[in-house]
Parts: sequence; C-alpha cells; structure tokens
Amino acid sequence: MQPFTTLEAIAVPLDQPNVDTDQIVPARFLREPRQIQAEIYFYDLRYDDEGRPRPEFVLNQPSYNGARIMVADRNFGCGSSRECAVTVLLDNGFRTVIAPSFSDIFFNNCFQNGVLPIRLDADRVKQIREMLHFSPGARIAIDLANQTVLGPDGKTDHFAVDSFRKDCLLKGVDDINLTLSYEGDIAAFEARQRETMAWLG
Amino acid sequence: MTAATMFEKIWRRHIVVDRDDGYTLLYIDRHLMHDGSAMGFAKLRERNIKVRRPERSFATPDHYVRSDSGRIDDIVDPRHKRMIEQIGENTTAHRVTLFGLGDARQGIAHVVGPEQGITQPGLTLVCGDSHTSTHGALGALAFGIGTSEVAHVMATQCLWQRKPKAMRVTVDGQLGVGVTAKDVILAVIGKIGAAGAVGHVIEYAGSAIRSLSIEGRLTVCNMSIEAGARAGMVAPDDKTIAYLEGRPFAPKGADWNAAVELWRTLPSDAEAVFDREVRLSAADVEPMMTWGTSPEDALPISARVPDPASVADSAKQEAMQRALDYMGLTPGTRLDELPVDRVFIGSCTNSRIEDLRDAARIVRGRKATVPAWVVAGSGLIKRQAEAEGLDQIFREANFEWREQPGCSMCVGMNGDIGKPGQRIASTSNRNFVGRQGPGVRTHLVSPAMAAAAAITGHFTDVRQLPV
Ligand code: SF4
Repeated sequence: MQPFTTLEAIAVPLDQPNVDTDQIVPARFLREPRQIQAEIYFYDLRYDDEGRPRPEFVLNQPSYNGARIMVADRNFGCGSSRECAVTVLLDNGFRTVIAPSFSDIFFNNCFQNGVLPIRLDADRVKQIREMLHFSPGARIAIDLANQTVLGPDGKTDHFAVDSFRKDCLLKGVDDINLTLSYEGDIAAFEARQRETMAWLG
Repeated sequence: MTAATMFEKIWRRHIVVDRDDGYTLLYIDRHLMHDGSAMGFAKLRERNIKVRRPERSFATPDHYVRSDSGRIDDIVDPRHKRMIEQIGENTTAHRVTLFGLGDARQGIAHVVGPEQGITQPGLTLVCGDSHTSTHGALGALAFGIGTSEVAHVMATQCLWQRKPKAMRVTVDGQLGVGVTAKDVILAVIGKIGAAGAVGHVIEYAGSAIRSLSIEGRLTVCNMSIEAGARAGMVAPDDKTIAYLEGRPFAPKGADWNAAVELWRTLPSDAEAVFDREVRLSAADVEPMMTWGTSPEDALPISARVPDPASVADSAKQEAMQRALDYMGLTPGTRLDELPVDRVFIGSCTNSRIEDLRDAARIVRGRKATVPAWVVAGSGLIKRQAEAEGLDQIFREANFEWREQPGCSMCVGMNGDIGKPGQRIASTSNRNFVGRQGPGVRTHLVSPAMAAAAAITGHFTDVRQLPV
C-alpha cells in the first residue's frame, strides 16, 4: 500500500447524496479486470443510454482533469460492499474523498487501499463544493499528519481520524502483516474458545 | 459487571487484542464465502498463505448462478463460468466446505448460513457482502466486509474493528393483517433514512419483533444495511432455539445443552443503555413500497408520489427530482395506480419458504397479468416448496418457477436483468439506479405485495385481494 502523507490537488465536487457503489461500479462490470473497471467508473452517470458522454457530469468536464480529491455529499459509498468502488477511484488518481458522512464498509475499504476518507461538517462540505463549481480546477491541500484540509478559500479545517488508521496510512502498513505479529494473542484466544465453545471446533 | 447490551456481550467475548487507540482485533467465528470471494483468495495466493481456519469457513455460489439451469456447462459467459469454477478450485485447495452447484444445499449465502445452522447466537460472522447483516436475526454479530478484509479474515481469522455504537429499534404492538416483516423494515428505513444508523449496530426489539418468525427476523436484519447500520440483531429466544435444533452445523448432544445455556445469557440486560433509541408502533405500519432510488424512499401503498416542491431543503429537492425523473413518476400520482411491467420474488431478503408461502396464498386461483418470476433462496427451500405444491400454484398462475436458486434479478450479475424503462415490483433490498439493469425502475415490496402486483398489473394494496 502506498503511504499517504500530504496531497495538494484539484478537487471535483459531486453533489448527489447517497451515491451508492452501484453508481461507482455498476454490477455488470464487476467481473471485468481492474484496468477496465477503472475506465468505466461512474459509467451510467458519465454516459447516456446511447453511450454518449453527458457533458453536464463533473467527471466529464475538462476543468477538473487531473483531480485527485473528490468532494461528495452525505452517505457516500452506501450499498454493496464491492471494494472496486475504492480501487477505481484510486486508479483514476483519487486519494481522498471528503464528505459529511460515508457508509461504514466503504469507509473501511478506503483505508485498506491507501485512500483517505475525510468527514467534515455538512455545511462546510457544501460550501467547498459550491466553491469548486464556481472556480472549476480549484485546489485543496491535505496534511494527514496534522489532520488538516486547506480549502480553496484559504480556510483550514481540522478533521478527525483514528490514530490506528492514521499510522497505517502514513507508513503504508498492511493490515495482514500487522495482524500476523499478534499470532501469540490469536492462538491464545483460540485455545480459550476451544474450552468455552467446544462445538465450534 | 454493569448492564450490557447483547452486542456488547458478544463483542467482549471476541476481543483478541484491545489497543489503546480504540482499535480491537476481533475474532471471527464464521466466514461465509460466495462466488465473489475469488479476489480474496487471489490476495492470499499473492502472499502464499492458506486459510487459517478452513473448518470455520463455508462457501456457496450465488451471484453468477444461472436461474434457469444448475449446470455449469450451461453458463454461456466464460467470465461468469470462471467465477463459479474458481469457488470450486479455491475451496478444494483451501479445504473449505462448499455447497456447490448440484448440491441441494446450494443457495444465496445469507439463506444458506441460517438454514444449515452455521449461523448461531453469540457468534461473530462475516462475509464479503453487505447483506451479511441478515444473520443477526439469530442473535449473531454479523457484518459485511470488503475484499481486503476478506483476505484478512482468511489469513488471520480476525479483523481490526473500531467498536460501533449500539442503537435499539423497538417495534411494539400488533402488526395488521397483510403487514409483513418487509413492511416493518421499509417503515424503519423510511423513518431513520438510508444513513440513519451509520456507525451503529441495531438491535430490533419489542413485541412486534418477538412475534415475527425467524424468517421474518431475517428479512428485517437483512435490510439493516439499507439504513446504513453495521449490523442488525434480534435477541435469541425459544423460537431461535427451536429453529436451530437439529440443523446440520448446529451443536449436538452435550454441546447443544452447553450452547443453549450460553445463548440464554445473550439478550441485553434490562438496564442496558443504548446510544440511540428509535420507536415505532406496529399498528401504524401499513403495506409499504418504495417510489424512488434509495430504500429510504418508502411510503405506505395508500400514499401518493411525493412532490419535491413540498420539501424545503434544495439539495433534497434536487435529489428527489432526479429520482422521480429516473423512475418516470409524476408527483401526486396514487402509488396503487402505478402499472408494473415485471415482478421478481426472490433475493436474500425474501426467498425463504415463508415468503414463498405468503406469495402463493395471494396467487392461488388467480393469473399473473405481467411476467413474474420466483427464485427460491436455496435448493432445500425449492424442494420444500415443491413438496408443499407451491410451485404448482405459481405455475398455474403463469408465474415462472425458476430452476436454480441464487441472487438472480436482485442484482442481475448472472444476466437476469430487466429492460430499460421497465417498472419492476421486486422483493429484493435495493432500488438503486440501474440495480436490476440499466434504466430499470425498481420498487421494493413484500412477497405478498409483489404477488398482488403481478395479478392486477399495478401496485395493489394486498389487503384488497381476498384470500
Ligand atoms: S440476493 Fe441480492 S442482496 Fe442478497 S446477496 Fe444476492 S445480490 Fe446481494
């Protein structure tokens, strides 16, 4: 996993609430390889029924080319647990999603892939999205160590992040390796459980 | 010890390591796998690791199974076929129990777990699928995870978790005639919203929940995720114990007695405090349906299509308008006048025997006026339904009794999708844009309501069809 320290990049505003993972990767593309999935992300929002790009959709607008930060609305990433909803963002350059709230599974999946999900106050997120619409191509700067977001208006917001997840992201630590270092504790747990719940085997 | 919620008790029993930064290494008792778990196995292969506890892991193909044939050679799309072949190869290589095609026990993972007695009170259970919340109906702590976490559980039998908060949804009173578990959960989601329970584990309580069968509780817990909850649970009681007794993977003999003794200690203590409480009166719940593109867009069948002009918040207004445009609806139209083009009865929400009986009761002696499918949740359910003659009732009414259990039209990954613009009455759990195929309009309803719509050709208050 790529470490995450700081990021200063163009941000793209996505106004819909409850963007579900079926919108990010429609189910019919789930068996495609990762490169193809990266190409079709947000397919039904980006293209109309005849496969023509919808010019009004933000990700089709050239001013946001090269964006690495997505600023979304409440309950982003709800629905199916599909992890490709995170990897397609990553593969399209996004390392951060800012939103008032996320679905729990999407939120966890972000950290597993080196993407930083940031929760900010709903009014502030709305304000940032408005600024990004008003000046397309505006940039946001993120500093994970200091837990700050520097908005296009020069205003700094502080965000909360679990110190466990923060450490893993800053160092690019992988969960499996970390957990394997607790093997002694796991084995001890299993020995205890064999006595109290023998039927589980 | 202070009073604890059921969630708290199960959580505590599974702590391997508690870090002072708020993260817990939680032990996972059961891992369910399906045909989408191939990527988890691939991650394991990259590291040359084996599944740590294969005897705690169970697999069944569901998403990519054809609904008209259980033969793997009939699967035309080579990529779908590969997904099903892989689950066989991976479970053999890792010595994981498989309920594969051709095995009557095959079905939707969330139907198979409880049916086989794999799901039990007091256990932690995960699956790489968001509707894992279903299993909490038996008093387990069960939640969905992503692929990286699937690989993590395979490798370590544990997960790093931050403890969710506890929420109690109490539904007291008696449900009216024609009102089912599906209507209850749609009413709950309509009330608290699609993100209403994010970060929480919901315990469903109250007399109306206790009076539900295990099947009904499974339906309620299934859709907890549509309210954003991490998990849903119902305290185990006599019904839970009776349901589990004798199931293949349930404890036996002396183990059974020990297990029951433990299960009796799990319900939340009377003084336990929840972080949030929500109350609903069962008498207020009507047969429900969704009108929009989020499960929170739920209304009683007696209602009308809502008007965006009636909400103050401009963002909400826009979201509503977008949903109405996609669904092809005009504000003010009576919901029970909306025509349907197709009906789907199935999915991990509503494909159990009781659901099929409910639908058959409405269908008996009548004819469907639009194409309607019934897809059983498992081979054993299908067999049971056929033994009860339900398949005959459906067939005589021109319903299609599909051959092979699986997810089918709930998500359409196997190719079972509707046509653009079609309006579908579906007993599944998600009405997202494009969920049942590009441009398809999904309305979520109970099995009885879906059956009624198939008969009349429009959404219908099931209470108006005498049985
Ligand atoms: S039936 Fe639908 S919701 Fe359930 S596991 Fe299958 S695809 Fe997911």
